[in-house]
Amino acid sequence: MSRDRTPRTLALILLALLVSGQFLPQWTLFLVTVALAKGLVVLGLMILLRCGLVSFGQALYYCIGAYAAGMLGRLFGASDVFTLMLAGMAAAGLVGFVLGFLLARYRSIFFGLLSLAVSMILYGLLVKTEALGSTDGFHVLPSTLFGLRPADAWVRYTVLAVALLVAFIAALLVHRYLGTPLGRLASAIKDNEIRVEYMGASARHAIHVKYVIAAALAGLGGALAATTVGHIDPEMAYWTTSGEFIFITILAGTGNVIAPFLGALVFGVIQTVAFGISPNTWQMVLGGSLLVVIVFLPNGLWSLFRGRKAA
Amino acid sequence: MKIVNVTHGSFYALGAYAAASITGALLARGMPPSLSYAVLLGSALLVSVIVAPLIERGILRFMYAKDEVVILLITYALFLILEDVIKMIWGVNPYFIAEPYGLLGSFDVLDLTYPYYNLILVGVAIACGAGLAWMLGSTRTGKLLVAVIHDTEVSRAMGINVDRMYLYTFTFGSLLAAIGGAFTAPTVSVVPALGVEVIVLSFAVVVIGGLGSLPGAALGAVMVGLVRSAAIHYLPQAELFVIYLVMAMVLAFRPRGLFSIAEARKI
Amino acid sequence: MAAILDAQGLNKNFGAVTAASDINAAIERDSVVGLIGTNGAGKTTFINMITGYLKPDRGRIRYEGRDITELAPRDVTRLGICRSFQIPQLYASLTAFENMLVGIGVVLRNAGRGGFFSRGRALVPGHDLPAEDVAERILERFGLAEYRDKNAQVLPGGVRKLLDIALTMVAKPKILLLDEPTSGVSAEEKFVIMEMIMAAVRAEGATVLFVEHDMEVVSRFAGRVLAFYDGRIIADAAPEIALADPEVKRYVVGGVLRA
Repeated sequence: MSRDRTPRTLALILLALLVSGQFLPQWTLFLVTVALAKGLVVLGLMILLRCGLVSFGQALYYCIGAYAAGMLGRLFGASDVFTLMLAGMAAAGLVGFVLGFLLARYRSIFFGLLSLAVSMILYGLLVKTEALGSTDGFHVLPSTLFGLRPADAWVRYTVLAVALLVAFIAALLVHRYLGTPLGRLASAIKDNEIRVEYMGASARHAIHVKYVIAAALAGLGGALAATTVGHIDPEMAYWTTSGEFIFITILAGTGNVIAPFLGALVFGVIQTVAFGISPNTWQMVLGGSLLVVIVFLPNGLWSLFRGRKAA
Repeated sequence: MKIVNVTHGSFYALGAYAAASITGALLARGMPPSLSYAVLLGSALLVSVIVAPLIERGILRFMYAKDEVVILLITYALFLILEDVIKMIWGVNPYFIAEPYGLLGSFDVLDLTYPYYNLILVGVAIACGAGLAWMLGSTRTGKLLVAVIHDTEVSRAMGINVDRMYLYTFTFGSLLAAIGGAFTAPTVSVVPALGVEVIVLSFAVVVIGGLGSLPGAALGAVMVGLVRSAAIHYLPQAELFVIYLVMAMVLAFRPRGLFSIAEARKI
Repeated sequence: MAAILDAQGLNKNFGAVTAASDINAAIERDSVVGLIGTNGAGKTTFINMITGYLKPDRGRIRYEGRDITELAPRDVTRLGICRSFQIPQLYASLTAFENMLVGIGVVLRNAGRGGFFSRGRALVPGHDLPAEDVAERILERFGLAEYRDKNAQVLPGGVRKLLDIALTMVAKPKILLLDEPTSGVSAEEKFVIMEMIMAAVRAEGATVLFVEHDMEVVSRFAGRVLAFYDGRIIADAAPEIALADPEVKRYVVGGVLRA
């Protein structure tokens, strides 16, 4: 068994981006930060997908995280970026914990459809809630770091640096989790749940734990997106947002904790480039690339990096 | 076919666009408005017979061996593509055809006014439902299809042309979606987002009824309709969310929907 | 000697079908018991009830004096009752080695070892070796070393069967329930497989119940036979006596010969 190189690779990527970020144009910083936020959501989806579960409603937690962060600023004037992210993560994790009791009983298409239903419930609520801006949503206060507000020219970079750090820690923790017996149970649950039970493990419990982790990560990503973009609206809970996350998950593959972030970045680039070239056909490009990935790279972009070792 | 098909939303939108543009064009050339109902139907038939086989033969048939969740994602990818195809052909500006709707006038029940066109909608829906039930239950093709769905392997071994059955089914299913879109077109403004909205709603309907159950789908549709109208009437803020609440509740208490089939023994 | 497993008055109906009707059986520690009977006689139902997959309509099951009737399969497994399956239940996308590691992982986790916060390599309880070594050793014992890195879904039938049984050994079972361990393999292989199982069981020490259709295998390996017919136990005795019983001859042995 080869030595685990993932932590080192992650650290190298972190350093490279932290350094190069100072010289990159502002719009790329924004692109990377949004990709990191989505990558966090996808990291959670990846954990679920390893069990064979596809959540068509992960936007629920993304949206909860974003609204939790936004409301914290609106109601209490909180603006510290770490506080906001913790709040988003906690709110989403809590909702995930409660809903997990129900959802952990479901598999395959039923899991997907039920998670879709709950996310659409939130969407339906938010769209009609005047106090939270209905369909328009509301603006999020500019965030601060340890009580300081960075100079305008450095805002993007500061947010990126925070995002990188958070994503780095999250990826490391998830990587360690996936190596534990409970984490490794994922593919076993996907393959044969009866056997899992007959080995003395509770598949439902394992899925519940994974579901909460995925929800917390999505909440974290949502809060990060809220502080980066500066605006939130109910669209964040709509099914097309969930579809986008699943899209990235499939694009990335479940091979490694780096994959979701890579996938999110590639997605962001495709989206930006395709949208720039032709605003009315970028979805076609996305759909086409999804088809290509499903047919030719069933294990996602990550399989390109693993090369022939996997075979 | 055991496929949760997202492109269904696209066919709904395609049907609506085709109906709106073809009917509009013919009316402009002096076609008597009374013929427009047949044109609506014809437009739906036209798009589904052209597009559905293209998708089924060209892409989907190579994917049937994959996991049902993966197939769903494939149809999602196709949905994204079709949405842009629609934008390329018809642009992003809304289309209107009010003639078939306005032509019939309306009637009063108590103090409420109903357009006669809504009766046509109900009629078309009932005709489609009854026709489908008759096809599945009483025709040779329908019975073969039920066999294919139950066990593809055995059906193939018994000499059923499974490929052709899949093609027919997909096309016919898409036709129904296109008819739905075509006959809805006169009552709404036809915009690109049409498919996005209808597909989650129809998921709710199917889930409530039970996946793959025809009476279930009918019941689901009626329930969604009633719940939605009740919500609009009594609690307008809750319009959207009650539908999904009902969907979630049904899944929570009857995970396989109201009309569902028991699973076989596993060990 | 006290019974390790005691089933009292088990009844189970599926609609109009009686799968178990007043099943009474006390199993002694370290015994080897053969379960025989035609298909549908109630053997697998009996195993499913012991392991908690099915709940009996009436009756109790006691294990080491403790009532386990209402427990779920995972809890029964945690107590040391492990089973194999008529159709091997493997993790199809994982290699034989990874299949073993998953099983060992569960054992580690149930013992509170190898978790998120623990450091270093944990030792597997009962084996006192790291997980990889335990996996290697059990694969070796069942002659599966050469299939170590092959995916379970591409393994030949007999090998899948052995891997299925090998998976039950990771938890150091006190009772081993084998559902047709030799079905689907050739007559000569049956004895090889049974010898391997018995060698492993002798080394680890466990009570064994196995379902078997080949009466030669039964009389060679079982110390006691439970003959099932129509949900009832029609004979409970040493093999030579049970197999000579006229009812067993008529309903079980004869049935197998005719088939």
